[in-house]
Amino acid sequence: MRGLRKLTWVEAKLFLREPAAAFFTLLFPLVMLFIFGSIYGNEPTDYFDGHGAVDVSVPAYIAMIIATVGLLSITINIAVYRENGVLRRYRATPLRPQAILAASVLVNLVMTFLGGLLLILAARAVYGLHFEGNAVGVLLAFLLSALSFFALGFVIASVSPTARVAQVLGMVLFYPMLFLSGATIPWQELPEWLRRFSEFLPLTHVVTLLQGLWFGEPFGDHLKEVAVLLGVLVVGVLITVETFRWE
Amino acid sequence: METAIVVEGLRKVYGEVVAVDGISFEVRRGEIFGMVGPNGAGKTTTIECIEGLRRPDEGTVTTLGLDPQRDGYELRERIGVQLQESALPNRIKVWEAVDMFASFYRRSVDWKPLLERLGLAEKRNTDFAKLSGGQKQRLFIALALINDPELVFLDELTTGLDPQARRAMWQLVFDIREQGKTVFLTTHFMEEAERLCDRVAIVDDGRIVALDSPEKLVRSLGAEKRVVFSVERAFDEAALRAVPGVTKVERNGERVTVYGTGDRLVGGVVNALETGGVPFRDLRTEQPTLEDVFLALTGKQIRG
Ligand SMILES: Nc1ncnc2c1ncn2[C@@H]1O[C@H](COP(=O)(O)OP(=O)(O)OP(=O)(O)O)[C@@H](O)[C@H]1O
Ligand SMILES: [Mg+2]
Repeated sequence: MRGLRKLTWVEAKLFLREPAAAFFTLLFPLVMLFIFGSIYGNEPTDYFDGHGAVDVSVPAYIAMIIATVGLLSITINIAVYRENGVLRRYRATPLRPQAILAASVLVNLVMTFLGGLLLILAARAVYGLHFEGNAVGVLLAFLLSALSFFALGFVIASVSPTARVAQVLGMVLFYPMLFLSGATIPWQELPEWLRRFSEFLPLTHVVTLLQGLWFGEPFGDHLKEVAVLLGVLVVGVLITVETFRWE
Repeated sequence: METAIVVEGLRKVYGEVVAVDGISFEVRRGEIFGMVGPNGAGKTTTIECIEGLRRPDEGTVTTLGLDPQRDGYELRERIGVQLQESALPNRIKVWEAVDMFASFYRRSVDWKPLLERLGLAEKRNTDFAKLSGGQKQRLFIALALINDPELVFLDELTTGLDPQARRAMWQLVFDIREQGKTVFLTTHFMEEAERLCDRVAIVDDGRIVALDSPEKLVRSLGAEKRVVFSVERAFDEAALRAVPGVTKVERNGERVTVYGTGDRLVGGVVNALETGGVPFRDLRTEQPTLEDVFLALTGKQIRG
């Protein structure tokens, strides 16, 4: 696809030049790690089934990064491009819409991955992070989770009439998920009825999947999570293809 | 192929609003073709149907021999487009924008001399959001030329430019034509259309009310010139009316306007004033312009 390489490269630079996006994707997870790491440390406890607080938090924070990028960065980025007329300008060239979406997915995937990698390296260096799973499996789960959340972000951008609405919608989905999915507050802390509600949040399934694989559970134990996320991905892609608008 | 654009019976409706109401015209290769008309006349709608960015409700458009709807991607390889309204990402740098847009096309020109030509070389490392209105405009023109297009569309190319930048832009348009390209532009400024265009379509309310070279349009009007001057005291207007060629004399306070035709009009007026011993000052002549053509054809002033 002509133009895809340059577009991706430029979008990557633009991502890093946007202070909010760069901060919440790359640095904020580290801030969380150090705050809660310094409070709870990483000693194995029965509360976390014999794992340390940091060991449990790292896959959960990775889920948080995925949600941040999918529901906030991508949504706002695409909606603002449309509202300002950037997409209009692209449309007056031979650039294909698929190239625009592909560049966005590639850049955001790499940034999400970098955010996770920084987190893992820091947790390892400072708190002796334990990893008991299969790296390839975790990576696959990460990919699936990220892609389905990106699809969700594109859908919000497509159905929102303005950038402002897209931003609000993204946040309305983001914040409950952030606190109720186990991404930031361990699900053990939630009352039973909230825990049942959180079953309906896609991010809960990301947290469960990533934590499970992180501690060596097989994919077979998490077919439900995989099915839910695949469903979100497929439906999201279909809606995006149907509703993509240049202006 | 002699014609660059053929439009037949183009119509576009938005709800209750008929934006373009069945217009037909052709643009020849190598010419500078202009569309002038007031706000909401349908210029942008027409130009964007020709570019393939909007779908006509009725009629056919052929651009460079292609159907802009069916062969959109192929067409956009060969045209350059400056949109009336668009933007780039806020933090993209000037050089990144031209470099990236160049990569969207099969064929592109070196962007360094292009930025030089548009006076943007010093701004190459500036963010898009930090450019002035005129600099953004010039960047968009650079993007419209980056693929060495056969046909260039400029929708309101000088809106928001200062007089000096506007003149520089006119020179640029002549340069583009010099390179054998065809230019299709729209403007509010009659003077701009008159100076730049080989042929002009005057549009109003979605229709073309006149289409010809600016000279012919002006001449077709009956070519009434005006001689304008100031006087301090009352005088005999009949002596002026008797001058050959004069059709009308208007007086508004000190200000007198004599309407008429013919090459000897000014001489005759001055002669009559001297003979009658009428002191006058600030005498000048006004040639009819496209502005007058528009006024005569639509009964409206283009501005206001
Ligand atoms: N996308 C749209 N949706 C609804 N109405 C539209 C749309 N685009 C144009 N119109 C209407 O169509 C008419 C023609 O608009 P157009 O933009 O083509 O005029 P124009 O000649 O380019 O005006 P201007 O000189 O202000 O740029 C206007 O009445 C405008 O309100
Ligand atoms: Mg317009």
